[in-house]
Amino acid sequence: MAAPSVVILDYGSGNIHSAAKALEAAGANVRLSADRSVAEAADGLLVPGVGAFAAVMSALESVRGGAIIEKRLTGSRPVMGICVGMQVLFASGDEHGIQTEGLNEWPGVVEKLPAPVLPHMGWNTVETPDDTTLFDSVRDERFYFVHSYAAQQWTLDVQPPFPQPKLTWADHGGRFLAAVENGPLTATQFHPEKSGEAGIRLLSNWLKTF
Amino acid sequence: MAVAVRVIPCLDVADGRVVKGVNFKDLRDAGDPVSLARLYYEQGADEVTFLDVTATVEGRATMYEVVRSAAEQIFIPLTVGGGVREPDDVSKLLAHGADKVGVNSAALARPQLIDDIAHRFGAQVLVLSLDIKRRGDGWIVTTHGGRTETDRDALEWAREAMERGAGELLVNSIDADGTKEGFDLELVSAISEFATVPVIASGGAGKVEHFAPAIDAGADAVLAASVFHSRQLTVGDVKASLNSHGLVTR
Repeated sequence: MAAPSVVILDYGSGNIHSAAKALEAAGANVRLSADRSVAEAADGLLVPGVGAFAAVMSALESVRGGAIIEKRLTGSRPVMGICVGMQVLFASGDEHGIQTEGLNEWPGVVEKLPAPVLPHMGWNTVETPDDTTLFDSVRDERFYFVHSYAAQQWTLDVQPPFPQPKLTWADHGGRFLAAVENGPLTATQFHPEKSGEAGIRLLSNWLKTF
Repeated sequence: MAVAVRVIPCLDVADGRVVKGVNFKDLRDAGDPVSLARLYYEQGADEVTFLDVTATVEGRATMYEVVRSAAEQIFIPLTVGGGVREPDDVSKLLAHGADKVGVNSAALARPQLIDDIAHRFGAQVLVLSLDIKRRGDGWIVTTHGGRTETDRDALEWAREAMERGAGELLVNSIDADGTKEGFDLELVSAISEFATVPVIASGGAGKVEHFAPAIDAGADAVLAASVFHSRQLTVGDVKASLNSHGLVTR
């Protein structure tokens, strides 16, 4: 079987070099691109993101990232958001009192964590749902987080026959969403590409869903 | 559930080779930075820090290659410090695979640099590196690896840097560095008391018992160089010691 192809959406966000190498280690054939047809054709699309919500949104929109993601999801084709790449999937982000519209794949607001020390930086545990496939064999591992904002509530009401999203939580001053598995749309607040062997394993679990 | 204490080996790199001097003088060759970083990754290091101690143009170019090569092999965060003078330097380091950058002298000379970097890349990329010396009853910041003293109060500077957007404080005691007699716990405690960002304790680690007290003093992470490079301790040894003190590690 040929290696699954993954495009990392190259819209100028931070360190995508590491994400590419980690995905290769997980068994993917990786390409960096912001080209619409390339990003739509790959087996999987990875959306990285570091920095401010508003900056990531505007950079993403400059390559029409929202439309690419929407098109893929409409066809049930896998998309994974990492860190701010996860945050922008929600309806909006609230930074320093300024609201920025997100991609609105999920309802909810991304807000500052109620913790005395921020960023939440380092290796933390996660609380996974019983039916997770993303965390298969790495449920008890720690993952590398670096962020000050997060989605702290899940408000999407999914009715049968659609499957319930699988939610993974973590804690830093309060509970927040560490990962979401929602059909073709997957997201992690932590950085699997910086989470050692556990992160590589998680990425290979994602590749297996293709 | 809580975030684990981080153990961070630091590699001082000059012209593509790892060096570590006592008090930053008397540099001794300690090996290839990429293989050493890989060894520490395999030992369970939570992050790796490269400190570029060359100032030459050739050394700089070599450093970018070191970063790129390390980032291809080790899947943990990589911090690179030394020689960062403007936001474009940060951009270049991130593009080569760094996750965070350490800023020191240039920020002291032009504090606005901190705002500029934090604004463009986010606070999480910016580690403010403080080389601190005792003076009288307090502490001052130094530059050039401790050789040049300033009149800037270290605690005030740390406070200002956080307000400007530093995402982490690397608290390096120049007095303790190279002594192998333990971290400057009073200094770690003085800064951790008001810090609203993570604090990394650095300088002075000589044996495994030195690490837990730095965490007790308020640090979130511990950084050391020569105890690891000399093979005197592994990252695993340090974590086992932290665990036996009831501290959680990965």
